[in-house]
Amino acid sequence: MLKTPPSPLEAAPAPANGRDPQLHQLADLADWRAALTAADQPNQPAITVCGGTGCRVYGSERVCQALQRELAARGDGRPVRVTGCHGFCERGPLVVLHPQRLMYTRVKPEDAAEIAAATVDGGRVLDRLLYTEPQSGARLPYETEVPFYKHQHRLVLDLNGTLDPLSLADYVAAGGYAALAKALALTPAAVIAEVKASGLRGRGGAGFPTGQKWDLCRRQPGDVKYVICNADEGDPGAYMDRSIMEGNPHRVLEGMLIGAYAIGARRGFVYIRNEYPLAVKHLRAAIAQAEARGLLGENILGSGFDFRVSVRLGSGAFVCGEETALMASIEGRVGEPRPRPPYPAEAGLWGKPTNINNVKSWAAVPLILANGADWYAQLGTPTSKGTLIFSVVGKINNTGLVEVPLGISLRRLIFDIGGGIPGGKAFKAAQIGGPSGGCIPAEHLDTSIDYESLTALGAIVGSGGLVVADEDTCMVDFARYFMQFTQEESCGKCVPCRVGTQAMLATLERICAGHGQPGDVDYLLELGEMIKRSSLCGLGQTAPNPVLSTLRYFRAEYDAHILHKRCPAKVCKGLITYAIQPERCSGCQVCLRNCPAGAIHGAKQQIHTIDPAVCTRCGLCQSVCKFDAVTVN
Amino acid sequence: MIQLTIDDRSVEVAEGRTLLEACREHGIAVPTLCHHPALKPYGACRLCVVEVSAPPPPGDRRPRPARLAAACAYPCEPGLVVCTHSDLVQRSRRITAELLLAGAYTSPEIQALARSLGVEAPRYRRPEADTCVVCGLCVRACREIVGVGAISLTRRGLAKRVSPPFDEPAASACIGCGTCVLICPTGHLTLADVAGFRSLHTGADEARQYCQACGDQDLTPRGMADVPAVLAPAAASAAQKEKAR
Repeated sequence: MLKTPPSPLEAAPAPANGRDPQLHQLADLADWRAALTAADQPNQPAITVCGGTGCRVYGSERVCQALQRELAARGDGRPVRVTGCHGFCERGPLVVLHPQRLMYTRVKPEDAAEIAAATVDGGRVLDRLLYTEPQSGARLPYETEVPFYKHQHRLVLDLNGTLDPLSLADYVAAGGYAALAKALALTPAAVIAEVKASGLRGRGGAGFPTGQKWDLCRRQPGDVKYVICNADEGDPGAYMDRSIMEGNPHRVLEGMLIGAYAIGARRGFVYIRNEYPLAVKHLRAAIAQAEARGLLGENILGSGFDFRVSVRLGSGAFVCGEETALMASIEGRVGEPRPRPPYPAEAGLWGKPTNINNVKSWAAVPLILANGADWYAQLGTPTSKGTLIFSVVGKINNTGLVEVPLGISLRRLIFDIGGGIPGGKAFKAAQIGGPSGGCIPAEHLDTSIDYESLTALGAIVGSGGLVVADEDTCMVDFARYFMQFTQEESCGKCVPCRVGTQAMLATLERICAGHGQPGDVDYLLELGEMIKRSSLCGLGQTAPNPVLSTLRYFRAEYDAHILHKRCPAKVCKGLITYAIQPERCSGCQVCLRNCPAGAIHGAKQQIHTIDPAVCTRCGLCQSVCKFDAVTVN
Repeated sequence: MIQLTIDDRSVEVAEGRTLLEACREHGIAVPTLCHHPALKPYGACRLCVVEVSAPPPPGDRRPRPARLAAACAYPCEPGLVVCTHSDLVQRSRRITAELLLAGAYTSPEIQALARSLGVEAPRYRRPEADTCVVCGLCVRACREIVGVGAISLTRRGLAKRVSPPFDEPAASACIGCGTCVLICPTGHLTLADVAGFRSLHTGADEARQYCQACGDQDLTPRGMADVPAVLAPAAASAAQKEKAR
């Protein structure tokens, strides 16, 4: 067998800090935390640099190194830490100075010297690095004032911006594993009662009550049971699970420990996609640290409870996020779903009772145990409690990761937190729940975001991907994109999903190409409903949602494509033509030189023309024209 | 015994039966394609879907909505209410048959199956016809009955197909028993004796040839053309004939 050489990101974690003690009993943990917090002044200055994948791509690690060099040169002892994702990806790399929480955005390594000289030494705020509110132009120095953060309710993500994800001591000092200690002092039944009372529902998308799911698994006969953390996040544009595991892996482990104790499982698996190398690295480091300190292993904290966690890497199949396919993959079989019942709680991994929860569900559990079910249940609606994490992407000003209480309106999420639509464009729709979800149009912006309301609108809470579309988005093309995704990701086992998604996609492609026929909409509706009802697993059962919901709210756009051969948003290449307005054209030849198809003709200082037969509708001429002379019809 | 209701009839079945078995025991017709009584339930073709309403679990007063489930894989539970020929069931089967026909429109067997469900022609046709309907019967028979596992389903989605390991031209573990060929509902698989060796072929295969030089029994015509003349005069002359044609 070929062995893949370990990539640098997967290399073994740094050996645990020599000072970290072995934790043999509950009191050891409390003593260690007391020692850690006594050593650290609560308001000690520190600098955190966002180390989420987005900010890393922008060079946040170099920013951190530059800051460390500058401070070391000054003999300043304050720690400079790379943390998990702060969430405000649009403005990365982010640097936050604690304890004031002064936030600098889009920081470059070259800025480090000035930050050190002005802010660290002189206590002066650097205006040019502050967040500027697009509407008012006001510069807001503190993280807590920025609307993106101000309107959020960060519970699960609370420590993401402050902890060093590779430090168990940091997590313990911040109260980590106290919920586990609390749970171990309770009976398993009492732990489940607490989770039930909190009203937590599965954050993977289906929204099944978590406590009830645990209880079902606990009541199954047999002494071998498993818990699984589903970290096979694969929706386009979604990175909530990734950010939690990158920024606070111990919280996920603590949630799994509590769940395993309540259910009676001694073995757990984290199924995580291999495309998340940083999350894998941090999770593996966290497991190694917890094992080294006695938080994983045998007789955890002297309670008699044994638990071990293994990481299993997914190999890039979206369908492996479906629980039965995921278990097949862990068992080493082809990642294909199987019919339910039996449900995993009855016969899951290797036929044993198994409890699968999403990363966000597991990460919410320690908060519930630590603060009490009532505290958690304060937030949300009568049927949907707590907070949801969304990754807000698409045509929105503040792209990023947000955590909001359930029941918040879509308008608040998109306009107050998300900062609205760039370029003053009009909001058209929000696709919630990724390729399994549906779109919500402007007339329903005031809908409360909770499981029931979204289902009534034909969307789902889903795993938390939120893609915003503006007036320039063609909803037929938008639906086609998601259909293409699910069609490519269908495992091909059952007929409705394998062939049906292809039939829907081919119809949508035909419509976008200008060859739509009058019966197409009815065909899509009929096929969509039947694929939803007849498919074997959740992938097929939700795959038509983007098409059905756009048909529900944007039927006129479909009709324009099919009946009038017109794309109202001017996106579908088969239905648009580019033309040069003679009164605006200066004859500068910039478009002509840039046209990759050679479709533009015209001598210098002469008005240019586009040959529609040669034009590939790439739009490059329009983007390079300085005189707005290129128009689309 | 378990008591349940199928098509407004109260029926009793032994524990551990599937809904499909219960229906067949009581003479209720349910169409199937990927099911075989000797194999484990698979639930892939979705032709055997029935409408199932489960009684609410104890302590939960919310009524459970009726849903479609594959009868071949659904275990009989006490109190289940099953409908095998409702309007929804029939619409679902017709769409499934139409989708089967979308790819296998050249297969007489699938045409007959679709016709029996009231589907004459598919509204959507795949660009290339394929007689394999990915029911997995051959793969499962080879693994579960023969105990060999010489073939499996590889890739995903529309590219999913029956293949020997690593897409090798011949299944090296194949014992030539022919069970897969016998169980294949569309005649997609065939066994052929090439130069004294029996091997498995699919409808999509090129004709295979036997190389006298190296003994490879499964060379494609192109592979044969690459055999150097010194090694195999016979193969070379065959290749030349191929080129001349």
